[in-house]
Amino acid sequence: MTSAAPMIRLRGIRKSYGSHEVLKGIDLDVDQGRIVSIIGPSGSGKSTLLRSVNMLEEISHGEIWLDGVQVNSALTGRAFETHINRIRQQMGMVFQQFNLFPHLTALENVSIAPMKLKGKSKAEAEALARTLLEKVGLADKGGAYPARLSGGQKQRVAIARALAMQPKAMLFDEATSALDPELVDEVNLVMKQLAAEQMTMIIVTHEMRFAAEVSDHVLFMDGGVVVEQGPPEQVLKAPTQERTRGFLRKHLAQ
Amino acid sequence: MDVALIQRIAPFILEAALKTMQLAAASLAIGLAAAVALVAARMSRQAIWRGLSAAYVSVIRGTPLLVQLFLVFFGGPQLGLNLTPFQAGAITMGLNIGAYMSVGLHGAIIAVEHGQYEAARSLGFGRLDTMRLFILPQAAPLMLRTLGVNTVILTKGTALASTIGVVELTYSAQRFVTSTYKPFEVFAAAGIAYLIIILAIMLGIRGLESLFGTAERGRV
Repeated sequence: MTSAAPMIRLRGIRKSYGSHEVLKGIDLDVDQGRIVSIIGPSGSGKSTLLRSVNMLEEISHGEIWLDGVQVNSALTGRAFETHINRIRQQMGMVFQQFNLFPHLTALENVSIAPMKLKGKSKAEAEALARTLLEKVGLADKGGAYPARLSGGQKQRVAIARALAMQPKAMLFDEATSALDPELVDEVNLVMKQLAAEQMTMIIVTHEMRFAAEVSDHVLFMDGGVVVEQGPPEQVLKAPTQERTRGFLRKHLAQ
Repeated sequence: MDVALIQRIAPFILEAALKTMQLAAASLAIGLAAAVALVAARMSRQAIWRGLSAAYVSVIRGTPLLVQLFLVFFGGPQLGLNLTPFQAGAITMGLNIGAYMSVGLHGAIIAVEHGQYEAARSLGFGRLDTMRLFILPQAAPLMLRTLGVNTVILTKGTALASTIGVVELTYSAQRFVTSTYKPFEVFAAAGIAYLIIILAIMLGIRGLESLFGTAERGRV
């Protein structure tokens, strides 16, 4: 609780595909430096919720705020384009499928956004990119194209790419779900490092142990609603709701 | 087989081939411009543009090129549109191939994984930057292929312009037939000229393809 207003604030988020409502009124506050994990069965709406924070998904109702600025502002047309681009530059996103740019090297993947969007010189942007690649343990892979990298390496480059814009918050959409089990740890380690640096994060994950380790707050979602939320030791260790218990039982049995 | 005849008409065939290439080049320029406009409209946020683009492509693809040529060249003057055969041919064939090219170019763009678009947008890149810096470079190899195929189709299609009086390869060949009564030699010579042009185009496309490489670098 460093500042009065939370870094990310969601109010009454609703989203429908046709007549099917996938988010049924979600509220969430994430304070600066806090880490919130969202868990739940597939189809629960957790990824949709995360993707609506930077408006990759358009919502039907509700308010999204980043650091006191309304993300889904009433602006339209070009003015909204400019606004949302500026907002997105302050929020990093990491995808399940990495989505690295295959025609660019690791270094170029990381340096292109600060160069093109922040007007940094090539030298400046590349120096920053090198620092970030080193931070994620890939100092020697700057010249490699994504096709030459393992899944874990790709995801770490993707994290570096998001960090290159020096975001106020990071959104992780099942960042380790597409990885071979032996590659999960190297990505988790980078995320823990970010947590230690007080990065504000929302993490959608299937990994209960990881969620328990890093989160300040856990949301269990099912059927488009938050069924239960609280500190990880409560939600994950001593859930009060039957749906949460059922989900955790199934998940731990796997 | 009268080889001497082929030798005698070769210089004229060459000249006519040049006209064919000019017609193809002019049509290609118009076609590319039309294709880019049609793709832009197709990807517009405004439904009206998307609708117009789709309607245009449907009309062009749903009617024979020959009928389009006749409509413009013979029907044009009725509307005050007086074009030379070459102009009518280049414009009609350009607008025609542009529709086909637009379909291929649009396909190349949407073949790029949607995640690429999302990654760029999530970093804060605008729509145009996303297209220019990330989507088009990845779509380029597929675009080149579709443009190459359509250029070949267009070049061979210029033979239809002979029907509205453009003095290109096929038209010239027909004239030689009436004066020599040797259709086999004459059309064989014309066919060889077409083949050489087409092979040259395909070679050029291959050169461009190797220049632009493949979408995913570093893959052997």
